[in-house]
Amino acid sequence: MRELKILVVLIFFVGLTYWGVEPYAHHVMHPEVAPADFTFKDLPKQPTTGDVAKGKELVAAQCTSCHSVNKEGIKLAMSDADAANTYGVVPPDLSNVAAIYDHNFLANFIQNPEGTVKAKPGKYAMPALGISAEDAGSIVAYLASIAAKDMSAKQITEEACVRCHSIKYEGVSRLAATDARIKEYMGSNPPDLSQMIKSKGEHYLDGFINDPQKLLHGTAMPRVGLTKEAQAKVIEHLEKVGDPKKGERNSLALWILGYFAILTVITYLWKVSKFKEVH
Amino acid sequence: MAIDNNKSWIDARLNTTALTKVMMTEYWIPKNINFLWSFGVVLATLFTLLVVSGMFLLMYYKPDTALAFDSVNKVIMQEVAYGWLFRHIHAVAASVVFLVIYIHMFVAIYYGSYKGGREMIWISGMLLFVTFSAEGFSGYMLPWGQMSYWAAQVITNLFGGIPFIGADLVIWIRGNYVVADATLTRFFALHVLILPLIIMGIIGLHMYSLRIPHVNNQEGEEIDFEAEAAKFQAGDKKGSKVMPFWPTFLAEDFFVLSGFMIFFFYLVFFHFNFAMDPINFMPADSMKTPPHIYPEWYFLWSYEVLRGFFFSANLGLVAFGIANVIFFVLPWLDRDPSVKPAHKRPLFRVWFWALIVVMIGLTVYGKLPPTGINAWIGFVFSVSFLVLLLVALPLISKIERKRG
Repeated sequence: MRELKILVVLIFFVGLTYWGVEPYAHHVMHPEVAPADFTFKDLPKQPTTGDVAKGKELVAAQCTSCHSVNKEGIKLAMSDADAANTYGVVPPDLSNVAAIYDHNFLANFIQNPEGTVKAKPGKYAMPALGISAEDAGSIVAYLASIAAKDMSAKQITEEACVRCHSIKYEGVSRLAATDARIKEYMGSNPPDLSQMIKSKGEHYLDGFINDPQKLLHGTAMPRVGLTKEAQAKVIEHLEKVGDPKKGERNSLALWILGYFAILTVITYLWKVSKFKEVH
Repeated sequence: MAIDNNKSWIDARLNTTALTKVMMTEYWIPKNINFLWSFGVVLATLFTLLVVSGMFLLMYYKPDTALAFDSVNKVIMQEVAYGWLFRHIHAVAASVVFLVIYIHMFVAIYYGSYKGGREMIWISGMLLFVTFSAEGFSGYMLPWGQMSYWAAQVITNLFGGIPFIGADLVIWIRGNYVVADATLTRFFALHVLILPLIIMGIIGLHMYSLRIPHVNNQEGEEIDFEAEAAKFQAGDKKGSKVMPFWPTFLAEDFFVLSGFMIFFFYLVFFHFNFAMDPINFMPADSMKTPPHIYPEWYFLWSYEVLRGFFFSANLGLVAFGIANVIFFVLPWLDRDPSVKPAHKRPLFRVWFWALIVVMIGLTVYGKLPPTGINAWIGFVFSVSFLVLLLVALPLISKIERKRG
C-alpha cells in the first residue's frame, strides 16, 4: 500500500513537470491559430468555369511568354536557368496546376496575383494583367481540362515546392534558381524540406502551407492555394522523406514492449518468491 | 605459490568466491526499503544503454560542422539499419537519466541519506550530476541543429560574466570567437571520451562509497549490519533486518527495472519529441536566431535561477553559480546530525515539499518566455530557492536538533 502511495506521488510530480515543460510551454510559445482554411474564404467567389477553347486562346496569348505548358507542347521561351535569373524563380509549368490548386484560388490569382498569395507589395514576380473575371474563369476551365487526374504525392510536391525549395534527402534540388538569385528575390534562402516534417510537425505544416502569413508573419513564402487533398499528399510525401522509418518503428515497438511486459511478469514472480524466503 | 586445488582455476587465482561475497551475497541491504531504492540500478542500466547506443552512433557520426547534421539525420536515422533505434535510445536515455537522477537525489534528501557517515555517497553522486550535465550539454551540440548551435552560443557566453578573465575564457572554451567547427570537435572529444572516462571513474567511487556505510532505510533506523548479517547466516532469515544484495535485493531491482523499461521504450518508440527538440531538426544557422532558445528540461531550473534576477545579469550569474554548487554542501547546511526521514521531521517535511514545488516551478518557468508577469514569478521562485537552501534549511534543522 505504501509503495503504491509513493508511486502515485512520484507519477503526480513527474507528470506535473512534464505538463509544464511540454504541452503548457508549447501552448504558450505557439498559441493555437484557426485551422487550415481550404475554401480561402477571404477571397471573393469568382467564376471557375467558362469556355475551354477561349481559355486556351487566352493562355496562348497572355501566359506563354513566361510560362510553359509542356503537355500542350508549349515550351518555356528560355532556359530554366535564364528564367530563374530573370524572374527570381522559374515560372511554373501550367500543365497540371488545376489539378493541385483550388480553382477559385486560381481564378482570383490570375486577376490579382500579389494579393491572392499575400506577397509583400511589389515583391511578387507575376504582374496583374488586367484579365477579366469571365476570362479568368475560361482560363481555369481550360487548365482544368488538361490537368492530370492522378498525380503522385512526389509529383505534387515537386510541382508545388521545388521551384523554391530543395529536398536534399531525396536527391531533389531546387529548380534552376541559384542561392544568390533566390535570396535576392525572396529576401532569404528557402529552407531545405528534408527534415521539415520533424522540425515543424504535421499540424504546423498543415496550417503553414495553407496560409504562411498566419503562422509566420512577414515570411516571404507565398500562399500557394493547394487544395486540401493536394496538401495532404505534400505532407504525406514530406513524412516519407523526413521520417521513412516510422513503419519500422511502430512494428518493432510491439515486440520490444511485449518483451518487457513478459519480463515484468516473470521478474515480479521471481521477486515474490525471493522475498518470501526472507519475510 | 601453493595452489588450492579444491578451488576452480579462476577462483584459485582471483579469489572470486570472496569477491562475490563482498559484492553480492554478503553485501547486506536493509529489508525496510521501498521501490525507490531500486533507482540506482535503473541509473546503471540507463548509463549502460547510453554507452552501448553511443558506441554505435560513434561509428557513423561525423564531427564536422559541414557533415554533422546529415550524418545524424540522414545516415544514422535513415540509412543505417536500426540507426534510428540507437539514436532514439541515446536521446531518450540522455533525457530520462536526468529524471531518474533527480528522483534518486530527492529520495536521498527525503530519507536523510546524505549525512551521518554517508556524505561521500552524496558528494560522489553530486559529482556524477555535474559530469552528466556536462556530458548532456556536450552531446546536445553534436547533431549541429539550430538548438545545438544556439544553446552552445548562449551557455558558453555565460562564462563571459566571470570577472576579469570572462571574455578570454569564452574564446578559450569555444576555440574561436564564435561557436564554430573548433567548438564542435572539442565538445565531441569531451562527449565521447574524456567525460565518459571521468564518469565511469566517479561511478566506481560512488558504489565504493556506498559499500562501507551501507544503504539507509525507510525509517532512518541505525542497523547493526554485522549482528543482523550473523542472524541471517545463522538461519533466521525472516527475523533478520537485512537481506543479501544478490539474489533478494536484485530480484526486486530487476522487477522495477523491467517495469521501468516498458515506460522507457514507450518513450523511445512513440513519445520522443521531448528528448529531441523539433527545432534541432533544422540545421544550425548562425544568421537565424530561433524565437525561443531554451536548454533541455533538466537544466531549466538552474537556467531560471539565472534569468530570475532579470534586472541584473551579474546578480543572476552569481545566483546561478550558487545553484550549481549548493547541493554539494547539503550535508552541512542541514544542522541536524540525526538520520531521519522527512515524515519524522515535521519542519523538514514542509521544507522538502516546498523545495519540490519551487524546483518544479523554476523548471516550468525556465522554459516560458521571461516577459511580463513571468519574469516576476521567475524572480520569486529564484529567491525562494536560495532562501530555502541557504536560510531555511540551516534554521529549521537547528530547531529540530534542539527538539531532539
